[in-house]
Amino acid sequence: MISYILRRLAATVPVLFTVAVMVFLMLRLTPGDPAAIIAGDNATTQQILDIRTKLGLEEPILQQFFIWLGSILRGDLGESFFFRKTVFELISERIEPTLSLAFLTIVLAVVIAIPLGVLAAYRQGTWIDRVVMGFSVIGFSVPVFVIGYLLIYIFAIKLGWFPVQGYQRISGGVFPWFRSLVLPAFTLSVIYIALIARMTRTSVLEVLSEDYIRTARAKGQTEVKVLFQHALKNAAVPIVTVVGIGVALLIGGVVVTESVYSIPGLGRLTVDAVLARDFPVIQAIILAFSFVYVLINLIVDLSYTIFDPRIRY
Amino acid sequence: MTGPILEIRNLTVQLPKGADRKFAVENVSLTVNPGEIVCVVGESGSGKSVSSHAVMGLLPKGQLTVAGGEILLEGENVLKASANRLRDLRGTRMSMIFQEPMTALNPVVTCGEQIDEVLRIHTDLPATERKEKVIAVMESVRLPDPIKMYDAYPHQLSGGQRQRIMIAQALVLDPALLIADEPTTALDVTTQAQILKLVAEMQERRGTGVLFITHDFGVVAEIAHRVVVMQKGHVVETGTATEVLTNPQHPYTKMLINAVPTLTPPQREDRTGEVALETVKLCKVYGGGGFFQKKREVRAAADVEIRVRRGETLGIVGESGSGKSTVARCIARLIEPTSGGIVVGNMDIAKLPERQLRPHRKHCQIVFQDPYRSLNPRRSVGASIIEGPMNFGMSEADAVAKARDLMKLVGLSPDALDRYPHQFSGGQRQRICIARALAMEPEILIADEAVSALDVSVQAQVLDLLDDVRKKFDLAVLFITHDLRVAAQICDRIAVMQNGVVVEHGRTAEVFANPQHAYTRSLFEAAPGRNFQFARVA
Repeated sequence: MISYILRRLAATVPVLFTVAVMVFLMLRLTPGDPAAIIAGDNATTQQILDIRTKLGLEEPILQQFFIWLGSILRGDLGESFFFRKTVFELISERIEPTLSLAFLTIVLAVVIAIPLGVLAAYRQGTWIDRVVMGFSVIGFSVPVFVIGYLLIYIFAIKLGWFPVQGYQRISGGVFPWFRSLVLPAFTLSVIYIALIARMTRTSVLEVLSEDYIRTARAKGQTEVKVLFQHALKNAAVPIVTVVGIGVALLIGGVVVTESVYSIPGLGRLTVDAVLARDFPVIQAIILAFSFVYVLINLIVDLSYTIFDPRIRY
Repeated sequence: MTGPILEIRNLTVQLPKGADRKFAVENVSLTVNPGEIVCVVGESGSGKSVSSHAVMGLLPKGQLTVAGGEILLEGENVLKASANRLRDLRGTRMSMIFQEPMTALNPVVTCGEQIDEVLRIHTDLPATERKEKVIAVMESVRLPDPIKMYDAYPHQLSGGQRQRIMIAQALVLDPALLIADEPTTALDVTTQAQILKLVAEMQERRGTGVLFITHDFGVVAEIAHRVVVMQKGHVVETGTATEVLTNPQHPYTKMLINAVPTLTPPQREDRTGEVALETVKLCKVYGGGGFFQKKREVRAAADVEIRVRRGETLGIVGESGSGKSTVARCIARLIEPTSGGIVVGNMDIAKLPERQLRPHRKHCQIVFQDPYRSLNPRRSVGASIIEGPMNFGMSEADAVAKARDLMKLVGLSPDALDRYPHQFSGGQRQRICIARALAMEPEILIADEAVSALDVSVQAQVLDLLDDVRKKFDLAVLFITHDLRVAAQICDRIAVMQNGVVVEHGRTAEVFANPQHAYTRSLFEAAPGRNFQFARVA
């Protein structure tokens, strides 16, 4: 098991290296000069050239790459061209809102979707099933911004229960933090509720026709326990996979949501960095995201062993 | 106790609309007295499982509904019981064991916890006492090392051990009634013998009434006190085991008993056709392990040497895990043999690369065990039959004409080619599988447990069909089976396998009359009903 984890972690190295090469090349090959943006509209060619030299952009590309790679291997993510801070500082400032939002969204999605999916499976073909599945179709098809503005209009503007926009740091108290995240998290979670509920329904339906469900009933077990203790655990593997994919997509998707809700997280940072052609920041964020993807996949694979003892690594 | 434990009176269960008949069971009555084993015998569709599930209240909701009658468990009508009352009764007064120990246990919960669950549901015992009780019941069903096995998961146990767990789970609260739904059908003969012994022993020791569902008259002869014969939802005959088995009254019972193949093989002359297939020191090793894990090797077949002539049927007999299917699959090159030779005609095909293997695939065809799963459910049977010949260049018109001929040959209407597998019965599907195999004009036909999933009466017909096509096409037939009775009927010679090794082979009549190897003898001893002289009535 431990050797498996180590091997999987070692396997992230070539993945991250490939990502690093591609990100680096793409940034250098796309138009847009960070020096020109920093220098402003009225700068002379000489000023821009000076800035380029200072940033090291005048070196040959290969040399730039190895300098960057060398500093990353030493644990140094470099310095932002634009914000005049180290990339590490920037990311650590911005990571809390992003993780909070992703975490709350996925918790909300799981807590709502799994009981709904189980219920729909148990009552397959009845009106309950049809209502749940109907909602999940709507959840899939209504765009996030429509749900977002609708929720803001009802719960923030009309009822005033939640703030319209903005983010409260968790250090300022759990309740304000939670309150600031409820609407964005719920908005984001709608599509995942739809996805996870559907997957749960399908997976549980399949398990419900298994012989051991009949055995559990023959023992005199109650229906609730048959569903949640016997069926759900056996149905867990595909559900966990979908949740894992959900987390990965969420982290990639924060770019849009954080802009809509004015949340100062990694997504906003990415947008700002791209607009400013802030190469070190863009590179670091993309590397970090890819590492998280790989890590989530590993966690999902490992969680299989908890749900199904037949799976061993 | 004086009254019967279970009394079913005029039970009628309705089938959903559009089924082939109106009632799954109609006016079924039967009784189980304390300390009595009552066998309900019948083929698939006879309603024997429906009756037993009705007792437990486990009929699938919305599909099967009880339309009339009473089921009295120690005098209490369970059909009138509330859902809660029914749950209370299950596991305490009545319990059930099922056919497939592989699937009847929850794969993600330890065996001990699954037995413990019954106690958690129905008693208030503290954890330590529950554990003692679980270990005790595991001991009583003769599970080795119960303390260790408590924490084992079902997949770590053998089929027989799993069935013992099921029995332990059913008996832990000493129910008055045990319903056993084909509990030994999925097990090897030697394991079956042990489980039958265990059921009889538990029943005797605890005075439990047992309702034992089976299709196998060998099992009936082994265990039953009384027998209830069912056909198409009706009870056609009841009586004591001896009465029914030696002096059956109803024509259906007579037919069923006649269809049980005997353990005495007929004398057969030696086949002298050319050798169609020969293996030379055939080995198959399943290797596990990688860089970091220990290498686990399983020798599924070790130095297997068999020879089949054209026109001859060679039986490979053995229990699960003996390697008989591995040998068959190597010969068909569905899996790669590890070493050794497979000579077909005069070519060694053991190591041929896939491209050069194609002509061989035509020569060697397999019929698999489960006709429900070996036909693609989304293709018409015609499409399944013509696919092979068309892959080898036959025109569609020719292939269809051939398929029509083959359908006639296997006893089905050629017009049924457009239908889909689910529209056929199990026996018909197996005929289709045989037609599909024959469409390739093979020289070697491998039947891998081809009749094991079929009812006895259907089994007899399919065996006849296999023997007919062997004669007609001068086929070399490799017949893989776990069932000695079947092997006795159809095989010219048999090879007995155990743990990947052929321990004995020879002419069927000789092996049956005078088995040399200890394992072969233990197989014969375990065959259910071997000492019973079944009535042979015309």
